[in-house]
Amino acid sequence: MPTDERLTGSRREPLGPVSRVPMREQEPAVRTSNFAEVPFGYSDEEARIEANRCLGCRKAPCVAACPVAVPIPTFISQISDGAFAAAARTIRQANSLPAICGRVCPQEDQCEKECLRGRRGEALAIGHLERFAADWERRGGRIEAPARKPETGRRIAVAGSGPAGLTAASELAKEGCSVVVFEALHELGGVLTYGIPEFRLPKAIVRQEIADLEALGVKFVRNFVVGRTETVDRLLGPDGFEALFIGTGAGLPAFLGIPGESAIGVYSANEYLTRSNLMKAYQAGASTPILCGRRVVTVGGGNVAMDAARTALRLGAEVSTIVYRRGEAEMPARAEEVRHAREEGVVFRTLANPVAVIEDGEGFVRGLTCLQMELGEPDASGRRSPKPVPGSEFEVDCDIVVVAIGNRPNPLISSTTPDIRVSAKGTILANPADGRTSRPRVYAGGDIVTGAATVIRAMGAGKAAARSILEDLAGTR
Amino acid sequence: MSQILRKEKLAPDIFRMRLSAPLIAASRHPGQFVILRATPDGERIPLTIADACSEAGWIEVIVQVAGAGTMRLSRLRQGDSVADLVGPLGQPTRIKRYGRCIGIAGGVGIAPLYPIAQALKAAGNSVTIILGARSRDKIILRSEIEGWADEVLLATEDGSAGRKGLVSDVFLDLARQGRTFERAVVIGPAAMMRAVSKLTLGQGIPTVVSLNPIMIDGTGLCGGCRVEVDGKIKFACVDGPEFEAEGIDWEPFMRRLRSYQDFERQTRERESCRLMNA
Repeated sequence: MPTDERLTGSRREPLGPVSRVPMREQEPAVRTSNFAEVPFGYSDEEARIEANRCLGCRKAPCVAACPVAVPIPTFISQISDGAFAAAARTIRQANSLPAICGRVCPQEDQCEKECLRGRRGEALAIGHLERFAADWERRGGRIEAPARKPETGRRIAVAGSGPAGLTAASELAKEGCSVVVFEALHELGGVLTYGIPEFRLPKAIVRQEIADLEALGVKFVRNFVVGRTETVDRLLGPDGFEALFIGTGAGLPAFLGIPGESAIGVYSANEYLTRSNLMKAYQAGASTPILCGRRVVTVGGGNVAMDAARTALRLGAEVSTIVYRRGEAEMPARAEEVRHAREEGVVFRTLANPVAVIEDGEGFVRGLTCLQMELGEPDASGRRSPKPVPGSEFEVDCDIVVVAIGNRPNPLISSTTPDIRVSAKGTILANPADGRTSRPRVYAGGDIVTGAATVIRAMGAGKAAARSILEDLAGTR
Repeated sequence: MSQILRKEKLAPDIFRMRLSAPLIAASRHPGQFVILRATPDGERIPLTIADACSEAGWIEVIVQVAGAGTMRLSRLRQGDSVADLVGPLGQPTRIKRYGRCIGIAGGVGIAPLYPIAQALKAAGNSVTIILGARSRDKIILRSEIEGWADEVLLATEDGSAGRKGLVSDVFLDLARQGRTFERAVVIGPAAMMRAVSKLTLGQGIPTVVSLNPIMIDGTGLCGGCRVEVDGKIKFACVDGPEFEAEGIDWEPFMRRLRSYQDFERQTRERESCRLMNA
């Protein structure tokens, strides 16, 4: 096999190791009994070693693959020079939530996928380094608010304080707009707060990133349901806002539609995670309960399913099982999430499709009947579609079933605002490139437009919509 | 934060709370609810808006002390604030001119029924109300309703007021007298709604009920409030809380209400200990 000396270790050009600096993590046996974050993050030294692996490509394919176009080679070289604060500032110019993205972005499908390093050996650990820079800045306790242009007097409303809304708010505030973000729940952050567990994204980080936006002048209003507390017409009425960005997310959980699904102990992943994350049901003395269960089955193969299965272990489950109807290769979850789950002892039963929840005499879950599946031809999504094997029914013993098979869009705004057009699926129709909807002065982005996707895609959409808002407003007054 | 403008006891363990909430007061319709948290670490408690005044900017809720959350809420006083208040949530009641309407309420179910029945009256319907409770001292809002309803009938289990028996007995009396209605609204505990709506539907009266399932966010996010209506999964928070009684699959709905009964008993005991020691 021919080897490329430049990449393999190299006499002539010492380009460093082919493998990335691994990130230290809590041991699996330890971490399943706490909710603390699993990876520890790089030390200064580790970060510099890893940053040194960057080839500094002139064309920087990594930047093109980033939905918010973070100037990656610039911040990496700043890290390798030890200019950590400068690196953080560089990221912040393009990405208002770096500590979050460094943790939950699927870098392996974006920037790191295009990294030339990845052709021979491992791609540069861009996500780890982004996290490092953001954490370093946060630990220093002195986060420099990005420059804010002079006040324009423009008033913009944002519905939803998840990744799309926070990003749109940040972009608009930097341009001197006065921005108010409305959140339906009693805590800010949307899916970052109610959905992603503490062990993957500590809430202190979410709060800090939101505090940074407040420092930038963004105002937040909690307990306000746009469409209900006030209608869109009213918000955009005289003396109201000049534009509205809708980033209300993919709210409504889908269910399997199988017998027994209303048994006690069947949760949507949203409910299970909301009880644990938002309502802190895992803490002793919490006012909101959660049924813990000894044997928990999570149905689904995405990141949310991994979050639920790993939460179950931390809530004391003896066995936590993922049931997924396709094969492991078809799982939409990030490889890292699957690895973490497996290390922690989550059992994977792939090619298994639930057909009924079994109840005990009292209405509680006792098990899940599944059918064995086999993979057939690729379907519309390009994944091989599963087909049931006749007569292959089997039972999985469990007392909790968590359904993590996706979400439908939240109808609250579209149902109260008839002139915002929606698709047959209920997603708001908005141009993906600029966020414009069928109604003037109303923009939308994130899961409410695309259906369930990623944090960074939602952020990209928030950023694009913010640009359109500024463009459209520039033509008025 | 939302300030408690007034608090009054209506019956043992039942109180009415007036909260400052100008935006909710201005946008709410009969049939809708709010979610509040008494304290920053409290649970989210869904409560129907029993009354509201948009000019003065307040809403009223009626609370029956049942679990730890409502116990904590009951300890707040006039002038205090609740940590969180959000709304209005849920679909408004469909109000139109049906003709003769009958509202049947069990216990604190009169709180959600009150604004609905009032709106039906305002829309030109005649309104008969049947109020039921265990005993006379547990009947609430009676004088308020008598102010505008065409007819108010009472039922108490011990016979201390009105007919001795259940609201269903009063309804059957009316049916035997040949009284007919074009619309029934039945609100109370799940078992009562199930039993009474069976009777009203049996008399051919289209009947609506207001469901009170376990819910967290109230915006469609958690799906904990799901209920099967006409064979389809509906979320009480965004599709309801009112549903035509005919299509409701009561068995699983009532079962799910018991999901946390052990936890509720424990926290209630803990909370009442704190109350005793306070």
